[in-house]
Amino acid sequence: MTPLPKSQIEPEIVPFKAPNPSVPGASCPLEIHDLTVAYHQKPVLWGIDLQVPPGRLVGIIGPNGAGKSTLIKAVMGLLPLSSGWVKIFGQPYQKQLRRVGYVPQRESVDWDFPVNVMDVVLMGRFGHLGLFRRPSKADREIARECLEKVRMLPYANRQIANLSGGQQQRVFLARALAQESDLYLMDEPFAGVDAATEAAIVEIMHELKERGKTLLVVHHDLPTARNYFDMLLLLNMRLVAFGPTEEVFEYELLQKTYGGRLTILSEVADAVRQKTS
Amino acid sequence: MNELIPAFSFRQVFIEPWSETGGDYLWVVLMGFFVTAACGMTGVYLILRRMALVGDAISHSVLPGLAVAFLAGSLIAGGDASTGHLAETGIAGGHYDFRNPTLMFIGALVAGVLTTLLIELIHKKSRVKQDAAIGITFSSLFAIGVILVSLFAGKVDLDADCVLYGEIGFVAFQPFATIAGHELTPWPVLRMGVVFLLTAGLIGVFYKELLVSSFDAGLASSLGINPTWVHYSLMCWLSVVVVSAFEAVGAILVIAMLILPGATAALLTHRLPVVFILVLIHSAISSLAGLHLALWLECPTAGAMVVVGAMQFCLAWMFSPEQGLLTRGRRSRVEGDLVDRHKAEAAAG
Repeated sequence: MTPLPKSQIEPEIVPFKAPNPSVPGASCPLEIHDLTVAYHQKPVLWGIDLQVPPGRLVGIIGPNGAGKSTLIKAVMGLLPLSSGWVKIFGQPYQKQLRRVGYVPQRESVDWDFPVNVMDVVLMGRFGHLGLFRRPSKADREIARECLEKVRMLPYANRQIANLSGGQQQRVFLARALAQESDLYLMDEPFAGVDAATEAAIVEIMHELKERGKTLLVVHHDLPTARNYFDMLLLLNMRLVAFGPTEEVFEYELLQKTYGGRLTILSEVADAVRQKTS
Repeated sequence: MNELIPAFSFRQVFIEPWSETGGDYLWVVLMGFFVTAACGMTGVYLILRRMALVGDAISHSVLPGLAVAFLAGSLIAGGDASTGHLAETGIAGGHYDFRNPTLMFIGALVAGVLTTLLIELIHKKSRVKQDAAIGITFSSLFAIGVILVSLFAGKVDLDADCVLYGEIGFVAFQPFATIAGHELTPWPVLRMGVVFLLTAGLIGVFYKELLVSSFDAGLASSLGINPTWVHYSLMCWLSVVVVSAFEAVGAILVIAMLILPGATAALLTHRLPVVFILVLIHSAISSLAGLHLALWLECPTAGAMVVVGAMQFCLAWMFSPEQGLLTRGRRSRVEGDLVDRHKAEAAAG
């Protein structure tokens, strides 16, 4: 009996993309040190220090104008930093482009743009293509899989203007999935979506986490924040608290985050009561 | 009535231009097509990026750039523009052409980039909003251009009529490019043809960079495509296209050439590649039908071409399959949504 070729006996070993040992902090998806960002000389973020451990689902919460979106944009280098630095897997953002996936706010783009759903998801592949290169068949296949994951494949040829808010958000999520990144930054993915979409997004976020990805999600709904995320980042210009949800989601800290805003405070009280009951 | 509108004669308007003249009108049509197509394709991105007004601005503010370039051209050629005195060599050839294409392009590029920079500077460093900043910048630069042109009028071959309305009708009388003694095409047509091909080529090569930075600048920079770089490159190319189109259609009509084809196409399709094909068709119809309209009405050709372009826009607006004023009722968006949802559910089982 002739021995089977080695490849048939042993499962093919997929080489693990080991973090580069020569880069300190390569295992830390996101490290922020003394980050300050200002618009027109007015600080929006002030002295943020942060180390996000890998494989976590992190919710960023805080009142309007707390700098939640600004934090995400600053991490991606979309805004000039007044001070401090940001490292992605131990390196500056510009060297880790492919490892960061981005879901912008839905309102940030023009949905009348003459592209269909497939075109938008393929944009997620552009980071993997060189200059002058067009998306290949393999890229299209990946885009199709990502659409399937968000259950939008039947809409692949639909003009994006003819989508509901929830469907648009799923398209953005599919595009981020197509980026095949290790760190995902999502800006209000739950804003104005239907319940089914919200559930689908939560499911996908957890699946990504199971696969060892790290997610930072800007979120504005306190009651659900506690259930969705395993870590919370409370932000109000300064970093109020960052830690496991069960430790951080408590009245004192939330009050500190949201200040003396009465309506929000009662919401917080409700949320905390729910937690304790 | 006959006094106002010339009598329409099919023979005179459609047959004789092609049978009686030695193909002079072919150059006019070709020039019209190249101008409209190059402007229209560049204009697609202006429309998508909501920068139609910036196209307006640049088309006006290349004027001072051109004036300075013409002046420099005349100085280099040995003429003394300030007194109008020309060196012997300049007069010897009779009509001397100061239009040094290289200098013109440089002048227009500098003016175009300057306009873009000024608009952003005013908008970012003051409370003036962008639309007001555009208004301030281009009208001021255009005014400077008007002064420069009138100062040097008669000394350089650049007059107000040409600047405002262009002279596409006379393109066949321009000097011809020759290869081995054979007359090929008039120089302006050749130049515009090259600009048209380069426009198409650049859009083809940088399609995905232009697409993603126009649709979602945040994603573009997160992918390592610098939207600012794309913005300025686009503005530079816009300046090149505008200055090339300038002598054919003038500063005012070039705006129509930038916006009309893309706006018409956008009413008819949702796919960007199809938009470009429709822009080409729109341009071909505008230039051919525009020529015949001009022959009938004995009016400036560039104006007639724009009018035909505008008529096409109106037709698209009325009869667009999904957004047409007159066809909208047939299949509403909601209805389409429901149908597609049923299909999707059926497909999902």
